[in-house]
Amino acid sequence: MYTTELSDKGKVRAAQAVAEDPERLAHFDARVAADDFIEPKDWMPEAYRKTLIRQISQHAHSEIVGMLPEGNWITRAPTLRRKAVLLAKVQDEGGHGLYLYSAAETLGTSRDEMVEALHSGRAKYSTIFNYPTLTWADIGAIGWLVDGAAIMNQVPLQRTSYGPYARAMVRICKEESFHQRQGFEIMTVMAGGSAAQKRMAQDALNRWWWPSLMMFGPPDDNSPNSAQSMRWRIKRESNDEIRQRFIDATVPQAEAIGLEIPDAALKWNEARGAYDFGEIDWEEFYAVVRGEGPLAKERMAARVSAWEDGAWVREAALAHAAKHDARMAAQ
Amino acid sequence: MSKEWPLWEVFVRAKNGLAHKHAGSVHAADARMALEAARDTYTRRMEGISLWVVPSASITASDPGEAAALFEPALDKVYRHPTFYTIPEGVKNI
Amino acid sequence: MASLFDHALRLGDDSLILGQRLSEWAGHAPMLEVDLALANIALDLVGQATLFLKLAGEAEGRGRDADALAFHRDVLDFKNCLLVEQPNGDFAQTIARQFLFSAWQELLLAEIARAPDATLAAIGAKSVKEVAYHARYASEWVVRLGDGTEESRRRMVAGLDSMWRFVDELFDPQDGAASLRPAWDARIAETLRAASLELPKPRRAVTGGRNGHHSEHLGHLLSEMQFLQRAYPGATW
Repeated sequence: MYTTELSDKGKVRAAQAVAEDPERLAHFDARVAADDFIEPKDWMPEAYRKTLIRQISQHAHSEIVGMLPEGNWITRAPTLRRKAVLLAKVQDEGGHGLYLYSAAETLGTSRDEMVEALHSGRAKYSTIFNYPTLTWADIGAIGWLVDGAAIMNQVPLQRTSYGPYARAMVRICKEESFHQRQGFEIMTVMAGGSAAQKRMAQDALNRWWWPSLMMFGPPDDNSPNSAQSMRWRIKRESNDEIRQRFIDATVPQAEAIGLEIPDAALKWNEARGAYDFGEIDWEEFYAVVRGEGPLAKERMAARVSAWEDGAWVREAALAHAAKHDARMAAQ
Repeated sequence: MSKEWPLWEVFVRAKNGLAHKHAGSVHAADARMALEAARDTYTRRMEGISLWVVPSASITASDPGEAAALFEPALDKVYRHPTFYTIPEGVKNI
Repeated sequence: MASLFDHALRLGDDSLILGQRLSEWAGHAPMLEVDLALANIALDLVGQATLFLKLAGEAEGRGRDADALAFHRDVLDFKNCLLVEQPNGDFAQTIARQFLFSAWQELLLAEIARAPDATLAAIGAKSVKEVAYHARYASEWVVRLGDGTEESRRRMVAGLDSMWRFVDELFDPQDGAASLRPAWDARIAETLRAASLELPKPRRAVTGGRNGHHSEHLGHLLSEMQFLQRAYPGATW
């Protein structure tokens, strides 16, 4: 879903044609087609560079904003173990953001630039993090569904064409399965617990199911840049393919713990060997992309505050380093 | 003066006997901070024994476009290339 | 002389409450790298709290485990020092609190590592390594902020000033911690010198945490921390 073009509906532009050396382009395309990796100082088409910067930084922003809905519950975690695990998970997400910002910076952008793009609204982050975490069960739902969806997207990206991005994805994938397991464990315990807990678990599933499906992005016929991204191995599979795989994997998990997927049209289709499912409300998706998600303002305000309130800290560290260097030089 | 914390490249040696491997980068205002950030980011699963941090600006990299000159043997120096020595069948480890 | 239960409870509560405070920073730190560092310290502290409280429960022998102690005691029964329950404030205040506490905790744990009780000693030995890192991290930031910009200096002075009245409690002779004071004083003085900061002026100590008489902050902190267990008694999570 990080490959999703989070552009406003109807405004997706085809990749701009820049006059580039056709021989270099052909050589580049051949390397990518041969499953070779592109590294930072290699020649690359401008569109490739721009698409990667957008995609990698969008993924990084998602990890950072994603710390907020879960961070909301660390102080209220119901046991010491759950508190520690959630702290570790949120810390991991920060770390994933760091790996990804680091990968994006090899393409000629800077952390400050990317942060500015996020705060100004030009850069997007995954729509899912604009939803609120209302009960402890939401923490379970996020781990199970949101991290589950992320894993489906991330595993194929371990062989994406850009070296630093692929290596970041390998690191991330190693850490991600713990995230999904801990989420599913929370849901399992609650679904099998008291009536109040079971109600919370079902309620969380009801609220997080459809937004999770939206994470994979709109049907691919709405995304003209998909084909180019696939050729460049920046996108490995279609949105619909991954979404279907996610549904097929997750429905049995819900059944196993006695929870009901909130989709009356959900039905196993023997002929397809897959689940048929109901219509996704794409208007909701585009509204959230436009910045009208339930917590869009709050999420952005939190990130902007952290950055602005912390400016004096960052400045102080630089000032001290400069003073220290000056003293050392004078010795 | 730029207001951004400088970028540092991080190299991790997971255990003795192995070489330091590039792991990624961190932003830090000074070397000590860079080392700590590298530890927090790249050894959270206790994967590292030894960490090196180097200001990214200090690294000199070869240009892949020069690869032919730097790394491929010039055509008139084939004697350096092991594939041009014939080793009898059955001789191993050479 | 405090029982093992009292002793472990005090150690556990210090770590638990400070870990709880640091958790509040998640996603709000001045820089992503700082978010990670604070979360790391918080995680270490929650881990220590779990071990110490488990030991306390076992020493007590009434079937209370670490969670029972963490989530089902009210303020009068919490034995943490007042320093750790103070609010985060700005980054300088958080660093001031960490600096003063971790320097003390490191010295204390080095002694705990030699305690007669084997389990207590083992927890001390494991924790002292983590805390050495916390202490160093905090000291470095005291220096950066104290000797950074005018603004950071002002805030660092304010942070230290607001925390200073809670220092004496750490060295209460009744806790057997008075002997740590000279070494602690030396460490603090060394860092403040490097930061070009003066030692805060002596002032009247505020105490009471070790007897369950806390600041107004602890009640709110516990309300938040304990809510789920209190609202759903007997539930498994």
